[in-house]
Amino acid sequence: MSPDDRRSDTMVKTVPEAENQHTPAVKAAVPTPVSVAAAGPHDVVDHAIARPVFETRDLAVLYGGKPAVLDVTMKIPEKEITAFIGPSGCGKSTILRCLDRMNDLIPSARVEGEVLYHGHDLYGSGVDPVQVRKRIGMVFQKPNPFPKSIYENIAFGPRVLGMKGNMDEIVETALRRASLWDDVKDRLKDNAFGMSGGQQQRLCIARALATGPDVLLMDEPCSALDPISTGRIEDLMHDLKSSVSIVIVTHNMQQAARVSDRTAFFIVDLDGGEDRRIGRLVEYGPTGRIFTNPHDTRTEEYVTGKFG
Amino acid sequence: MPFDPLLPPVSIAQEDAVAGLGARGAGSLLRDRAFVLALMLLTSIGLIVLGVLLVTTGIDGIPQINLDFITNFPSAFPERAGIQSAIWGTLWLMGVVAVVIVPLGVATALYLEEYADRTKWWNRAIEVNIQNLAAVPSIVYGILGLAYIVRGPLSLGRTVLAGGLTLSLVVLPVVIITAREAIRAVPPSIKEGALALGATHWQAIWRQILPSSIPGIATGVILSLSRAIGETAPLILVGAATFVAFNPTGLDSPFTALPLQIFSWVSQPNSDFQAKAAAAIVVLLFILILLNAVAIWLRSRFQRRW
Repeated sequence: MSPDDRRSDTMVKTVPEAENQHTPAVKAAVPTPVSVAAAGPHDVVDHAIARPVFETRDLAVLYGGKPAVLDVTMKIPEKEITAFIGPSGCGKSTILRCLDRMNDLIPSARVEGEVLYHGHDLYGSGVDPVQVRKRIGMVFQKPNPFPKSIYENIAFGPRVLGMKGNMDEIVETALRRASLWDDVKDRLKDNAFGMSGGQQQRLCIARALATGPDVLLMDEPCSALDPISTGRIEDLMHDLKSSVSIVIVTHNMQQAARVSDRTAFFIVDLDGGEDRRIGRLVEYGPTGRIFTNPHDTRTEEYVTGKFG
Repeated sequence: MPFDPLLPPVSIAQEDAVAGLGARGAGSLLRDRAFVLALMLLTSIGLIVLGVLLVTTGIDGIPQINLDFITNFPSAFPERAGIQSAIWGTLWLMGVVAVVIVPLGVATALYLEEYADRTKWWNRAIEVNIQNLAAVPSIVYGILGLAYIVRGPLSLGRTVLAGGLTLSLVVLPVVIITAREAIRAVPPSIKEGALALGATHWQAIWRQILPSSIPGIATGVILSLSRAIGETAPLILVGAATFVAFNPTGLDSPFTALPLQIFSWVSQPNSDFQAKAAAAIVVLLFILILLNAVAIWLRSRFQRRW
């Protein structure tokens, strides 16, 4: 795949939405899940992303044979912050976990479709999930520091990767990047469990940064934190954007509006009945447009607080 | 209060509800107290029996304990009989048991917790069988030890090694079960965190999961050791001697152990020997309490609130 051939496309075009609502590409059985790819010619948003770090094609995740998310086709740009929003159970975290193959840990989960990372199929045969996770960092909903010292928490990643160099420097660099160094430089040997929740989460970010990842996936990183800690993590994300591509799943729409460059809105499709909840990607585009001028009425209802 | 047509009739019901809060009926209160009292009584029965046993043993045994008793070998004369060889035999057995059960128990627990696919019937069969083996009487393991370890395929004879291996079989299921619990107590988020950093499954186990579960595993191992050194029946079956006037010199030595020495003295008609048995019981209990105290200390010292 060569992303460069799309560079000539203009960055932003207005979307001729009305004509495309009923393109034949939209599967008849499902009431218009305007999947960005399925919508054909109007997916200018895709073209605008010249160098995607991720590209998913008809990505679907099934748990025990039952589909949890279907038909996710999107491109995630490099060195930007992309937010996944949507109601509970819409599959946004599931899709996020596809991007670093964390779903492999769930034996009943099956992934269909393609996930391209810089053009390489992450689920291709011969791809080692361990190698994938070395390049793609992840931060979880609840801070999960190891029950060790602050220093050891950071050093763990570089050690298992066999990174060469001065470990003290690696640790300091990672802590500085996570703007945690000044808080903890005098107590590197203290147990990480003694830190506040917000500090623990920034430690987890620093830990992920220590191995020099290309992408940082964040799964509702602030949902267990107070507003001040949340603000610090959001500032941190802005600082990191220049060096790392970030994908964040969030329940908090204001957070998505504040931090992200692009927003993907997912929905739970209940048409199969209450026991067949299927997540779908409804709309994906620049954050400003998603929040001020959503093309899909469901997106509009969600971002204006009518449901969800 | 004047009648107010605007007040809903519900307010009367609310007064009733509040009025009922104080009176629960004396009968039910009495029943509660009686039940608690009955529970305390039943609890104390066990404690009293144990206490009486300990006190009578102590009265008989403690005066007998002195340096000579600890350092002497068994003798045909009660005044010269001691437990040196029994203590050394017990220590040797503990060593063999510890060396066998730690790697076997931890490896099995790791396999079952981290690798075994529970949808496969053989893994479920292993699990169920380990649970069952924990409940098998120790004398059955003694017969197994006699048939396969002392004689039969291994033919180790009546040695320290044979005794230790047999005792290991007795306690191995319990070690596996406690080690599994300790491993399971490490939250999955720790493993996820390690894997997300690019660690392999083994690196996550070796560097995060195992270190975090060591206190729990150690507690289980120590409690299993204390059970092993109190076992008598399997050792009788594998033919440990009761009159050994020398310490074990290696894994292939004949041996005796404290519970066997106690057993042999109790069966003597001479009441002086029975006093010696009481003294040996006190020594054995002391070792057991010491071991359990270490286990409790480990548990509270390293207990983690996740």
